[in-house]
Amino acid sequence: MKDMQSVDVLEPYTERQIQYHDGSERALLLKDEEVPFPEGKLIVSRTNLEGMITHGNYSFVEMSGYEEEELMGMPHCVLRHPDMPSAAFKDLWSTLQRQEKWHGYVKNLRKDGRYYWVYATVIPNIRHNETVSYTSVRRKPSRSKIDECIQLYAQMIQEENQT
Amino acid sequence: MKYTMTVSPDFPLDHIAGWYIFNTWLQVKLGINIHLELYDNFDLQREAIERGEIDIIYANPFDASMLIREKGFTAIVKPHARADEVVIAAAIDSSIEAIEDLNPETRLAKTNDPDVNMIGMIMLEPANLNAKNIIEEQVDTHILIAKRIFSGHADIGFFLKDSYDSLSQFVRSQLQVLVSSQIDDITHTLLIGPNAKDLQEEIQSILLNMQDLEKGQGVLDSMGIKSWDIQTQEDAEFMIDLMDTLVD
Ligand SMILES: Cc1cc2nc3c(=O)[nH]c(=O)nc-3n(C[C@H](O)[C@H](O)[C@H](O)COP(=O)(O)O)c2cc1C
Repeated sequence: MKDMQSVDVLEPYTERQIQYHDGSERALLLKDEEVPFPEGKLIVSRTNLEGMITHGNYSFVEMSGYEEEELMGMPHCVLRHPDMPSAAFKDLWSTLQRQEKWHGYVKNLRKDGRYYWVYATVIPNIRHNETVSYTSVRRKPSRSKIDECIQLYAQMIQEENQT
Repeated sequence: MKYTMTVSPDFPLDHIAGWYIFNTWLQVKLGINIHLELYDNFDLQREAIERGEIDIIYANPFDASMLIREKGFTAIVKPHARADEVVIAAAIDSSIEAIEDLNPETRLAKTNDPDVNMIGMIMLEPANLNAKNIIEEQVDTHILIAKRIFSGHADIGFFLKDSYDSLSQFVRSQLQVLVSSQIDDITHTLLIGPNAKDLQEEIQSILLNMQDLEKGQGVLDSMGIKSWDIQTQEDAEFMIDLMDTLVD
């Protein structure tokens, strides 16, 4: 994936290198600024079995800060924020592999370096007993749940860094 | 062969006559017998579905899930630009101004419309409200929800957006909208049952051109529908997947 570009991110920002589970790396530009979840909406996206984005509704595209053409075919971790522990996504993928539904609070990174919190539900799309793709639907989380997750995820990341 | 058509009990009451007119129009176009059977509530309609009595149904998204995944129904069309959206409203003079102002023990008035209630509950989540910590009251119509709010018996109400918009100007002026959903992807659909599979293609092609056919536009107007859009089986599966993510 292409590094984040300083033309896309207003100063001030901090630079961070992230490593994805496949070993690839990307330079991130991060701003400490939250974008509120759009009222009354659902953020919907779909991926293929490899986690490449194949569909996104209007809110998904709008909240990501990217153009729709940029997102299609991208791995979904383009939205991964470094404040999210890897364990959360490991759990997501192993849950989907069992053809079960996953729920979780997720902090997502936008193209402009800002972030947004969601409560996500991800399911396997099953046709004739086979998983053909995945759908994620995100809704507005409560502030108290976000606050709990900020603490929990920071702790998890600390533990992940120690091992 | 005689077929039976039914309509989800949550359709706006002003359009009952429209559905009868539609049924007559469709019978003439197809040259077959269709009986229109309307049920007062979702339970009665579900029982008829269980007995296998329904061949054509304008279904609520919840029932569509069950009909497609369990009963072998096929989606053919959906109304143009008529997604099922939900308004949560409070009294105009209430101290509540946003969903996040709501506390446990909030008193909710609602109807038994399953998708409205599901979407409504999701929009209460940002305030940490759920079925266990609110006080719910079920009434028969959206106007009764407004009355429960005016009389001080309910703090908030769940309205199908279409029904909310059709409340009188006066009633709406006494209410404030806390949140209005913009989901787009959840809609009523017209489904064909396994016993009427032979009719599927013909009905679909007639309905997709309905506005251009003789008397078609007038019939659509009487149902409050602008025109029909195609709903493929995969479109319907996508909607059902989406609904799946919203129920536990
Ligand atoms: C349907 C679907 C939606 C996803 N949505 C997100 C998302 O919004 N944000 C995110 O960080 N990861 C999302 N993921 C998980 C990513 O695929 C990936 O596992 C995660 O970003 C961690 O990346 P990494 O394991 O390569 O480091 C989604 C996965 C699926 C299947």
